Amino acid sequence: MEKLILRRVDRDNEEMVLNFGPQHPSTHGVINFIVETDGEVLKKAIPDVGYLHRSIEKIGETTGYPGFMPFTDRVDYVAAMFANEGYAVAVERLLKLEVPARAQWLRAISCELCRIASHLVSVGTMAMDIGAFTPMLHGIRERETINDLIEALCGARLTYNYHRIGGVAFDLPEGWRGKALAFLDHFDKFLPEFDRLITFNEVYLRRLGGVAVIPAAQAIDYGLVGPNLRGSGVDWDLRRDLPYGAYPHFKFQVPVGKGWAGAVGDCFDRYYVRCLEMAESSKIVRQALESLPEGDVMAPKVPRNLKPEAGEALSRVESARGEMAYYVVSDGTNKAHRVRARTGSFTAMGIIEDISSGLMVADLVALIASLDVVAPEIDR
Amino acid sequence: MTASPRHARTPEAPKRHPKTIVLLTLAFGLGLPAILFAAVLVLSPLSKPAMIDAFIEHVLKQDPATFGHRNLVLGVSVGVLGFVLLNFGAIVSGMTVWWEMRVSSRMQSRVGYNRVGAGGFFQWVADAVKLLFKEDLIPAEADSLLFKAAPYFVLTGFALTFVALPFGESLIAADLNVGIFYLIAVTALVVVGILLAGWSSNSKWSLFGGMRSAAQVISYEIPAGLAIMVPVLMAGTLSMQGIIRAQGAWPWQWFVFANPVAPIAFVIFFIAQLAEGNRTPFDLPEAESELVAGYLSEYSSFRFALYFLVEFGNLWVMAAVAVTLFFGGWQVPFAGPEVFARLRGAGAMPGLGWWALQVVSMAVFAVKTLMVLNLIVWIRWTLPRIRIDQMMTLCWKYLVPFAFAAFVITLLWQILVAAVPAVGPVSGVAITGVTLVLAALFLRQTARNITAAGDRVDLTNW
Repeated sequence: MEKLILRRVDRDNEEMVLNFGPQHPSTHGVINFIVETDGEVLKKAIPDVGYLHRSIEKIGETTGYPGFMPFTDRVDYVAAMFANEGYAVAVERLLKLEVPARAQWLRAISCELCRIASHLVSVGTMAMDIGAFTPMLHGIRERETINDLIEALCGARLTYNYHRIGGVAFDLPEGWRGKALAFLDHFDKFLPEFDRLITFNEVYLRRLGGVAVIPAAQAIDYGLVGPNLRGSGVDWDLRRDLPYGAYPHFKFQVPVGKGWAGAVGDCFDRYYVRCLEMAESSKIVRQALESLPEGDVMAPKVPRNLKPEAGEALSRVESARGEMAYYVVSDGTNKAHRVRARTGSFTAMGIIEDISSGLMVADLVALIASLDVVAPEIDR
Repeated sequence: MTASPRHARTPEAPKRHPKTIVLLTLAFGLGLPAILFAAVLVLSPLSKPAMIDAFIEHVLKQDPATFGHRNLVLGVSVGVLGFVLLNFGAIVSGMTVWWEMRVSSRMQSRVGYNRVGAGGFFQWVADAVKLLFKEDLIPAEADSLLFKAAPYFVLTGFALTFVALPFGESLIAADLNVGIFYLIAVTALVVVGILLAGWSSNSKWSLFGGMRSAAQVISYEIPAGLAIMVPVLMAGTLSMQGIIRAQGAWPWQWFVFANPVAPIAFVIFFIAQLAEGNRTPFDLPEAESELVAGYLSEYSSFRFALYFLVEFGNLWVMAAVAVTLFFGGWQVPFAGPEVFARLRGAGAMPGLGWWALQVVSMAVFAVKTLMVLNLIVWIRWTLPRIRIDQMMTLCWKYLVPFAFAAFVITLLWQILVAAVPAVGPVSGVAITGVTLVLAALFLRQTARNITAAGDRVDLTNW
């Protein structure tokens, strides 16, 4: 990369080097793209990450096991529930702790609501980056209701800190079930309205269809995960294929990109897979609320000062941004020897350089938005 | 209008304003346009030489032939009219900002302007004052002379349009016989300013915006010009007032429904106008999500305010030109030219009835213009932005050929109408009928969509 920055731009052709970020309206946080363009057409866009690095993994080695939970919220603050869950599952595996069924169900409910909230932000910002501001605010409006629900559940609207090692922090408050169902009834009608507003807009379809196509093989090569991978037509979802928690008990479809607006794996596929996933998440929450078992929400006798036996554990959960893995190594003390978070946005950044050649400046914005990268998740 | 099932958040109604604030807002909101329209009403007929003589004779009680200061009176009235029109542009621009923000906030389920004055009406004044007090920053690397000059090109291009913009039957600063041609010519000045801004800012984003704007505005002048030829052919004149006089007051007499290709010409003209005004879906030059703020990136303070003024003031100009060319302008039902002539009377100064009819014609024109303006606002908050290559494709592959076709078909149509005069009114009524049916179908589908989303039409939460 230094080479690119230092290289004198050849004056004979019309190339120029553009710093697309770190303060740019559509880089979704602080990410920099070093963009080499010839007029409107990109030669190359190189992501330059690290502006939001907060050493969260290192903090995991200096706080106790339960004390690290609030920090995981900051790994991905748009979908903090998954970061909570991933870490909790990893430490539970380390401790060989059995989580009560009700807690498993509550985890699924909170996570799926969080997935809807995260996807609403994603599809909303996608529309905003394409230039339509209204869909974004409609998405945010629905997300507010989810935030209200989660606030009633755990007291926080963004950084939830709801999951605990061995269960979840709180049981459902009184009347919460009814409120959640009322929201889902409304939300199921909202999705077609949203589709009418923006998804099937001709301009929108043409802006996203066939743009920045990622073939399935390349998506796998670059380690794309979650909706980005499924958008390329790869049928892979951890909730179904490597089930964890309460997910084996729910019936849901895994939407896969079909080239609705052109090629399989284009920006529209990645976008629309998220729209369809929201409907599936809504189904999962309904099923979970119906079959919610009685019982405790915390495993009995989880000590405050956790000292797992020396060893290692890996957890993989399907986050809103794809597979989120936590790898925790214990040396037998009350602090982890190593905590490693594997996040979807980081690997998604890698493919941009390869895909961006030949795109237009406006397409780069669409590509970034369609990969749904969130700056804190890239850098941690 | 996504009104509320109880869990969907409806914004809390803003605190009720005291009565004095409401009255003050109403007084300004209605009074200011009323004063401006009244000034236009009085001054624009008066600034014509013939009327000046009558004015000198009847009001100043002097003999025009011997009165020494005739040119002074003429100059003053033209100067005052110019001042009024410039202020009209600025104030209309401000009020459009308020209207656009209120409409968009309703579309997006938010409160919108609500602090300064009742309904936040004075927000545009507050914004303008704030901008005036900001530091006027000129980037060190910028070409300071061009950077300073650019906003004035834009402002001049905007202000000059009001010379040939009609307001009512006799209400126009100068009824040039090349009116519409003049309008196209002076609006092209805006792109010079934008290009200068893009180049002189010495910022890559500004350069992108300036170049996009140049490509866009110059390309879209061609379909716009061809589409304008359709009403011009039907009217047989380039004069703005002449084009309106060739139409009637009723929808089936408007040029937009006059022949089978006229609606297409209108759509092409409207799209091209959106593109020339840099409005969504053609807001590429200042595309926020791509170019930060495009050619405006480096501007601040008063210079930024000028761009802003022009951008929103242009909405009135766009709408007024569309109304003039296609929607019958100021034509009042049951008031043909003979009614105007009769009410004017034989005297040098027109009778009171004539002035009243002028007010009516002005109101008709203003209402039509505001409706078109509102349509532009709706479009802005609904559609996404197109890409630069699509923008060019749309222009050269679709709009230009279709505009040419509309032009040629209108030529043939004029020959047909000359041969069989009955065709004109019949097709006018038929096309109006078809349009009404389509509008009804559209409204029905909208109502169905609202029901399907579990909402209801709610106009109370305003």
